[in-house]
Amino acid sequence: MKWLAGKRELILKIKSFVGREKKQAIMYLSNAVLRARLMMSRIANTIYSTLRKIIKALSSAVSSVNLYYRHSLPVRIMHWCNVVLLAILLMSGLNIFNAHPALYWGKSSYDGVPPVLELRGEEDDEGEISGVTRILGHEFDTTGFLGASRDPAGELTKRGFPSWLTIPDGRWLAMARRWHFFIAWLLVVNGITFVTYSIVSRHLHSDLVPTRQDWRSIGRTVVDHLRFRHPTGEAAKHYNVLQKCAYLVVIFFLLPLMILMGLGMSPALDALFPGWVDIFSGRQSMRTIHFVVAWALVLFVVIHVFMVIVSGFWNNLRSMITGYYRVESEADHE
Amino acid sequence: MSNDDKLTRRSLMTRLLAGSSLVVLSGCEKLSETTWFPKVLGLGEKATYKIQRLVLSRKAMAQEFREVDLSPQFRSNGTSMPDNPAYMALAAKGFTDYRLEVGGLVERPMTFSLADIRKLPSRTQITRHDCVEGWSAIGMWKGARLSALLEAVHLKPNARYIVFHCADPMEEDGSSPYYESIDLEDAFHPQTILAYGLNGKPLPIPNGAPLRLRLERQLGYKMAKYVMRLEIVEDFSRIAGGNGGYWEDQGYEWYAGI
Repeated sequence: MKWLAGKRELILKIKSFVGREKKQAIMYLSNAVLRARLMMSRIANTIYSTLRKIIKALSSAVSSVNLYYRHSLPVRIMHWCNVVLLAILLMSGLNIFNAHPALYWGKSSYDGVPPVLELRGEEDDEGEISGVTRILGHEFDTTGFLGASRDPAGELTKRGFPSWLTIPDGRWLAMARRWHFFIAWLLVVNGITFVTYSIVSRHLHSDLVPTRQDWRSIGRTVVDHLRFRHPTGEAAKHYNVLQKCAYLVVIFFLLPLMILMGLGMSPALDALFPGWVDIFSGRQSMRTIHFVVAWALVLFVVIHVFMVIVSGFWNNLRSMITGYYRVESEADHE
Repeated sequence: MSNDDKLTRRSLMTRLLAGSSLVVLSGCEKLSETTWFPKVLGLGEKATYKIQRLVLSRKAMAQEFREVDLSPQFRSNGTSMPDNPAYMALAAKGFTDYRLEVGGLVERPMTFSLADIRKLPSRTQITRHDCVEGWSAIGMWKGARLSALLEAVHLKPNARYIVFHCADPMEEDGSSPYYESIDLEDAFHPQTILAYGLNGKPLPIPNGAPLRLRLERQLGYKMAKYVMRLEIVEDFSRIAGGNGGYWEDQGYEWYAGI
């Protein structure tokens, strides 16, 4: 019996020991399970919300109820080509400008009349460098931006436009010219393709040329623009009259003018019809107009991007990438 | 929640946009440094050359101006006094000992004194000089028609380019003399002259005395100053850097029509 009692005691001991361990084990396990469940639920949540997003995106892309196919694929491709080409043309053009950062009016640069615009770097007796911008006889200190700015190494140097605005970033006229004249050909190809496509596909006629109704609504459209009120519903499917005019001016006036002014600077094409350059007051005037039109195009881009932002940035951006534009119904909008 | 979603998506897109523009820009820098990409960009020059030659007739004349349009002082660019003892010795004696050598693919290699060159059929023209940097100046040039000189030496049938070897060294140590080359179409153009006069006076040293090329349908760097020797060749790939001119060897276009 004694050994039995001993055994019982031992069993009890073991039981209590095991129990303690068990309790600990259970606690440990349940903790682990809890943690695992928490993790699992987090993962599940992420998967679920991702799936939901994908489904939502898919369903909204598929549904034709409120998505409107606004931009055809060729237009989208040519638009983004323009973005890249015009950016490189501007920046390589500014590098070329930096080779002689002054603009003149007339046939030559040296006719006794000072330049109409000059970005000048000056160095005083102590070696201090400053940038001066001179427009029509008025001088401004523009150190750090125009006339003198920091080069990529951080050194203040005499330079028309700063290196972060130019391609290549350093003073490298030969390479800037290569970029400029190669990309210029691509822009011409893109432009001719766009105009041809627009005429053949009737994009020009049905989307860009203002209708009679457009002209009648011009007053209201101007007022709406000034109040940052943008068309919704059916009206948002079409360009408004100001938009149409802006696009037509850029496509059929500013860009051709830009190219013509560029060709006018060519000493070879000067001989095409001797004297034709004088229609624009001579080669140096054409160089000045080329420069001014470049900034007119920049101004257009600034306003264009501003309007894209205020009239629904993501919707506009998507429509220029996927082609689809979400049209809010009047009720949605309220 | 949905706002947060949008924000992250938007910031992601913004970062993507900013990132891609940075990639494009730094890509432009990297591509400029390669050897192959500038060659791709050089296709632009080839297209310009082909198309300009296509639309321009052989004898299409560059615009000529009136005396009122003359620049008060004709700007000197690049070398204004060649750092070359032989040249300086010639200049000290008023170029009386100067001889222009004409050789290469010609039937009759010849040398011309300034007096000989003045006897060749000449042309006076008031034209606009367009520098690759962007500025223009108008001057009145008088010089011998290059076509007359080339007819005197009789080109061989395989002659393709006229190479102008100049007196001005482009390196401080006196090496790397300036040189240029033009094709026969330009060489026989009526306005292509070897100028010895500017604005009614003998050509000044800063503008290329005693003889400089005038090639009115191309940019200023093609118009070699201080011309000492003409070499007529079939191709110029074995001369200096092989690109047909000092600035061409530095990456500028051989065809400088724009």
